[in-house]
Amino acid sequence: MKLPRWFHLFGSPPFVYRLAGTLTPWLGIVACTLLIVGAYMGLAVVPPDAVQGEVYRILYIHPQTAYVSMMAYVVMAITAGIGYIWRIKLAHAVAVSAAPIGASFTFAALVSGSLWGRPTWGTYWEWGDPRIMFETLLLFLFLSYLALRAAFEDRDKADRVSAILAVVGVVNVPIIHYSVLWWNTLHQGPTISKLGSPSMATEFLIPFLIMVAGFTFCFYWLLLSRLKAEIVERERDTRWLQDALQGGRS
Amino acid sequence: MSELLSMGGEGAYVWPAYGITLAVIIFNVWAARRKLANALNDARRSTAAEQPRSQPKVRQLQ
Repeated sequence: MKLPRWFHLFGSPPFVYRLAGTLTPWLGIVACTLLIVGAYMGLAVVPPDAVQGEVYRILYIHPQTAYVSMMAYVVMAITAGIGYIWRIKLAHAVAVSAAPIGASFTFAALVSGSLWGRPTWGTYWEWGDPRIMFETLLLFLFLSYLALRAAFEDRDKADRVSAILAVVGVVNVPIIHYSVLWWNTLHQGPTISKLGSPSMATEFLIPFLIMVAGFTFCFYWLLLSRLKAEIVERERDTRWLQDALQGGRS
Repeated sequence: MSELLSMGGEGAYVWPAYGITLAVIIFNVWAARRKLANALNDARRSTAAEQPRSQPKVRQLQ
């Protein structure tokens, strides 16, 4: 298969470094605006829920952070796989950048879910709930990916070995997604992604979707910010970076 | 205002959940900035270390 020429630009560290530099401020502005507006609506504008009262307001951040954690894993697995197969170093750099962001959002999803569970289900933590267990497994996958990388002195070897773990672990993502359908547990079934009509009133749906968009932009903002640093680390002694540094200094 | 803070008695769950999520975002922004600053410093130092290395080698041989 012949790839279009522009496609190869995305394997070029100077091009991606500059592109990330241009995009990050805009992604940051959009993400912060959406998150502030969404959080304000979710916390102060929409009325309390008829059944759950006020605590349902956590549902403007909990599913979103959980979705970002899964998206981060998929991005990490795909880029690690691309890096492994086509030996593209930049792809590995993206995978490494996604891991800590994914781990921290998984943590946020687990904590916010547990704070929602206490007043709603009557428990902070339920060992028998598959979705909680597989999301916890996701956290451990991110952490093992990072720990495995740290065990190698040589970056290329770390890239290749950790990529295998990242790709194998991706089976966990659909399991998390479908766990509520495969097992009958505490977690409720899908609300938004149901085909046809989502079972949420428009009034509640708008801030919900604003937060989904906000967290998505937030993820890519953080990913590109980390990627810039990762590129500088990996390209430390290259001509283009040294030239850019010299240029910046004079 | 106090109504917003108490959240009908459920503020103790709602606010920490938002607080931790916000803390995670801020932590990620801070971590990325620190990583970039460190990487740029390392890269600058690496130029500084390399420049003298290329010159005196010849002189030592003479």
